[in-house]
Order: sequence, then structure tokens, then C-alpha cells
Amino acid sequence: MLPILQLGPLAIQLPGLLLLLGVWVGVTLAERESPKHGVQPAQLNHLVFLGLVAGLIGARLGYAVRYADVYLSSPLSLLALTPVTLAPIDGAAVGLIACLIYGQRQELPLWASLDSLTPGLAAVMVALGFAHLASGDAFGAPASLPWAVNLWGAARHPSQVYEILAAGAILALALRLGGKMQFPGMAFLVFTALTAGARLFLEAFRGDSVIVLNGVRQAQLGALILLLLALAGLHLRARSDMSLSKQNMSAEEQQRRKTIGLSD
Amino acid sequence: MTKDGGMGRWTINWGNWMQDRVRWSMLVLGVAVLGAAWIAFSAAPASATTSGHIPSPREGFQAPSFALNNPAGETTRLEDLRGQVVVLNFWASWCPPCKAEMPDLEAAYKANRDEGLVILGINSTFQDSPEAALSFADAQGVTFPILLDRTGEVSRQYLVRALPTTFFIDRQGIILRVVVGGPMSEATLTSTVRNLLEAAR
Repeated sequence: MLPILQLGPLAIQLPGLLLLLGVWVGVTLAERESPKHGVQPAQLNHLVFLGLVAGLIGARLGYAVRYADVYLSSPLSLLALTPVTLAPIDGAAVGLIACLIYGQRQELPLWASLDSLTPGLAAVMVALGFAHLASGDAFGAPASLPWAVNLWGAARHPSQVYEILAAGAILALALRLGGKMQFPGMAFLVFTALTAGARLFLEAFRGDSVIVLNGVRQAQLGALILLLLALAGLHLRARSDMSLSKQNMSAEEQQRRKTIGLSD
Repeated sequence: MTKDGGMGRWTINWGNWMQDRVRWSMLVLGVAVLGAAWIAFSAAPASATTSGHIPSPREGFQAPSFALNNPAGETTRLEDLRGQVVVLNFWASWCPPCKAEMPDLEAAYKANRDEGLVILGINSTFQDSPEAALSFADAQGVTFPILLDRTGEVSRQYLVRALPTTFFIDRQGIILRVVVGGPMSEATLTSTVRNLLEAAR
């Protein structure tokens, strides 16, 4: 755990730095991936930049609205660098809306764009694991294992290391299979399913889970729902691609397939 | 499943597999059942989470207890302040961001002390001097208690790696927020203090 990197008089918050590094690597990977999916790298770059900036502004404004009188009396506090005065859910919503508006105006193909972003998102997930390792967040449950680590007053599962390993394996898969996907949206939905599956499995080893409904870990419920939605999405996308292919198939080809007895 | 002639490897045509409603539904059902079983298997009682049970200097944990003297030699124990909202501010007289946020800390203290807010300014005396600390507090017009960490034991206990560092502790002694570095904006301070005071009502 190394939350602060002291470089002479400079105290750098390492988790934030690692996340920034992850975003930079992620954008680079997404730009490299985008031509395979017919998306212009520059457009994707603008999309990510706009989403991040809008998300940051939305997160700060979302927080400020809750304490409006405080911020009205001290408006310059809106520019404070403190991450604790950000509302993450509000920020994510605003960032997403900004991306959707930009994507629609630029007529970006939704699924191809998401596929292009996939290796980048996978890289950010790896960086998130390293950021957790540096800050000591997302810590493990107490455990008496040979590989347990001493953290926050107890020997615990090295849950951040599990997180990095899982995210690293998903990134390797995304890089290897990214260009070989069989229909638009497949790379993104497979990535979503694998990430949700990893969270569902690894949450069991966390020591900071929010417990609901008589012992159920809230994050596992969310991960299972996301996993099932991603699997359903894969089926719907595959069938939609099949019906499009059929529409595009010439009448002559359809007749030939019918004659030799090829079914759907 | 088909055999790749050139390489002699078996490959699965996932696209076709996913299009098949029956096979895919069975897979989804299997995943749902296995997922639900894993959730049930890894269920934990609320008391199993570490929050609030182990003293550690991070959000969600019990604030480690300590006893420190003020410059007059009077001792303040954190445990004695249970039931009040406590802000621990680690500072030093040579640290410009510490100086910059002192007026806001003082304003927040004056505005909320009747509501049950206690601010403890913990001077990193092992990196400073008692004289410099006192003169700094006097020049800033501080009225909240100043405690001297002469050996650095409390700073080490709270893993203070940068100055200023501020811990916001609720009435049950649980750390709600940690702000590393500064100066903290007035809004950060006011909104976090208000959140703590309102939550405890």
C-alpha cells in the first residue's frame, strides 16, 4: 500500500495517478482498436475526452447541489481539487448522456464504438485494481492463508491482487479476440459479462462489502444482474445480426440455401 | 464446433451458438443458478464486515484511540469524546496549505461547536517545535484545542503521509471521511461536517 508518493516536496496521490495512467493507456488502446470496427480514432478520442470532462463537471455540480447554500457562499470551492466532494453516480450519468449526445450528432455506430472502447475499458479496470492496491481500498476479508496480507489491522485476502489478475486476464482476452468478433457489440458484451462474472466471484473475498437482505453482498447481486443482461444482450445482438444478414442475402442465394436444405 | 483445417485446432463458432435460443437460454439459466448459489454460499452476516469493528485510520473503521497533551500539559483522550463529531486535523507551522485552511477550520468550529463539533488540531511536533506551533496557532486566532504529537506516535498510528491530513469522525467513533493534503475548500469542510452532524441527529 502506497497512497502517497513523496517526490521531494511533492506529495503525489498515487491511486489517482495510476487511474490517470490507466485512462491514457485505455484511450491509446481504443484508438488502435477503432479502425478494426470502422470507427475513426479521432472521433473516439473526442468522445472519451468529452465524457470524462462532462462526468467530472457533473460529479462536482451533483455534489454542490446537495449543499447549495455552502457553494453559493463560496463558489470558488467548485474548483477545489478534493475528490471527496464529487458525486460519482451523478458524474457517471452526466458523462454518459454527454457521450450519447456526441455519438448521435457524429452518427457514431453505437455497438462498433463500444467494441472499439472495450480494450481501453479493460485497461482501465486493471489500473483500478492497481489504484486499489495503492490506496488499500477494496480490501479483503480477514483470512488465515499463506498468501494473506497484513492490512488495516488484520491478515486479509489480497483482494486487490485478485482484482488485478482477473482484470489482466480479461484485458489479454480483449486484446487477443477484439478484431475477431462475429457481430458488432460482441466484444463489449463479452467484456461486460466477464467483468461482471469476475466481480460476482471475487466479491466473496472482500472485507468491505455492503450487506443487504440478511447477509447478501449487494455488489454480487448487481454483478449477477449485469452478467445476465450481458448474456441476454449477446443473444439479441447475435439474432439481430443474423436477421440483417438474411435481409442482405440475395434472393438467388436464399433459393440455393432452401434447395440444399440449409436451415437458419 | 468445427475443425480448423490449416492449424488442426478445434474452434467454436460462438456467433452461431449465441443465436440458438434453446442452447443460450440453458446457458443463461445455468449461470443464474450457479451465480445465485455462489451468492448464497458467500453470504455473510452484517457483523462480518470489518466496518467499525477494527481500529484503523481509514474510512469505515473505528478511529484509533490516543491521548495527547496540549501545550499546557492537559491530556485529551479521543475515547472521551465519543458521542460528539470529531475532526482531527494534522498540521505543522511550516506547512503553507495547513495555514491556508486554518481560518476555515476555525469558522466551522465556531459555527458548530454548540451542535457537538470538536476540532482537534494535532501539531506534528516531532517535525516542528512547540514554540512555533503555539505562535502559529496564536497568529491564526485558533480557539479549538491544539495537541502536540511530540514523538510522532499518533501521526504514525494514523498513517499520516502528507500535511495537512484531516479525519472526520462520527459520534460512534467511526471515520467517515479522510482528506489527504490541502488546503481543504470551505465547502468540503462545511458539507462534510454538516453531513456528520445531521446523520447523528
